[in-house]
Amino acid sequence: MAEYSLQRREVMAELLADRGDALMVAGLGSPVWDLAAVDHRDENFYVWGGMGGAAMIGLGIALSQPERKVWVVTGDGEALMGMGSLATIAAQKPENLAVIVFDNEHYGETGMQPTVTGGLCDLPAIAKGAGIATSVSVVDQAGVGALKSALADGPYPLFANIKVHRINDKPVLPPRDGVYSKHRFRVAVLGERSAMHPY
Amino acid sequence: MDQDWTDDAFALFHEHGVKQVAYVPDAGLKSLLIACQADNAIKAVTLTTEEEGIALSAGAWLGGERSVVMMQSSGVGNTLNMIGSLSMTCKFPLVMIVTMRGQHGESNPWQMPMGAATPGILREMGMRVFEVETREEARDAMDSAMRMAFHADEQVAVLISQRLIGAKAFIADVAKEVTQHG
Repeated sequence: MAEYSLQRREVMAELLADRGDALMVAGLGSPVWDLAAVDHRDENFYVWGGMGGAAMIGLGIALSQPERKVWVVTGDGEALMGMGSLATIAAQKPENLAVIVFDNEHYGETGMQPTVTGGLCDLPAIAKGAGIATSVSVVDQAGVGALKSALADGPYPLFANIKVHRINDKPVLPPRDGVYSKHRFRVAVLGERSAMHPY
Repeated sequence: MDQDWTDDAFALFHEHGVKQVAYVPDAGLKSLLIACQADNAIKAVTLTTEEEGIALSAGAWLGGERSVVMMQSSGVGNTLNMIGSLSMTCKFPLVMIVTMRGQHGESNPWQMPMGAATPGILREMGMRVFEVETREEARDAMDSAMRMAFHADEQVAVLISQRLIGAKAFIADVAKEVTQHG
């Protein structure tokens, strides 16, 4: 089993230091805890279920908010379940959407069973093959720096796969009431009047 | 060409301010999809599988836009966990327009089981389901579905009967023209 030196929560913090006003979606499991730990904001939509849907939630936001960057952070298991969405995203060419996979090569929430990314499966190659031209693999600190530049300057859409150490940090739980999370995000992005009176 | 239920659907999309439509194509949706793709006010998203559309619809709402997801009944099974886990839990507005297979005059046996199960499965999920057989019923149901979803955060499916879209005449009418093994 490969050992990776990058620590997921440290990398998340480093990337989000330059977040600006980017809207974010976190796919279920450790990416939710990491985003809540590092940068808990109203403009975060934490997905506690709907496995495989995080990138497509990001696309829906990106298409409706073309002036704002949208960053999706998710895990390798969640990304594998929604692999087709990489092709769907590529075809739409959203100039504001980034999908960032924190790849620890395991299903973290279910007992650390290995995913196929620890074997022969190459997610950045799949993203590139799906049509996302800016598709990068990050395995070390230099790669993190390069990804920060890409997130700042594009071109988007952008896919990044970050190989991280398999040990997760202690969970930090954001609210898990879905209706609350939806309203909170919409009020932050649209303002209360538009969010609560969408007629 | 004569107007049909797809013209009403397109007009209702504009009336209700729908800005994103997502679909896995179906022959019964063909003219509606062409109209949406040609309209600069609507973003048309072709999906690789139907559940992507449920997640996209949630994202569209988070970003302040209304959406409709379209598919044939054989694709409904692909959507179920996303509907339950995401749309229901968060009460995301969801409008699904489903063209039915496996009904009146269907000649492909592989379409039968999912078509027969579709209304019951969606009701079991907790969705509101309108089954329509005429153009007038379809227009009324689609109008109601968008009103209930976008104003009351409901999840609504409109099932367009094969009696309205016409059974796909593949085997019955075309088979005699093609090579057959067996």
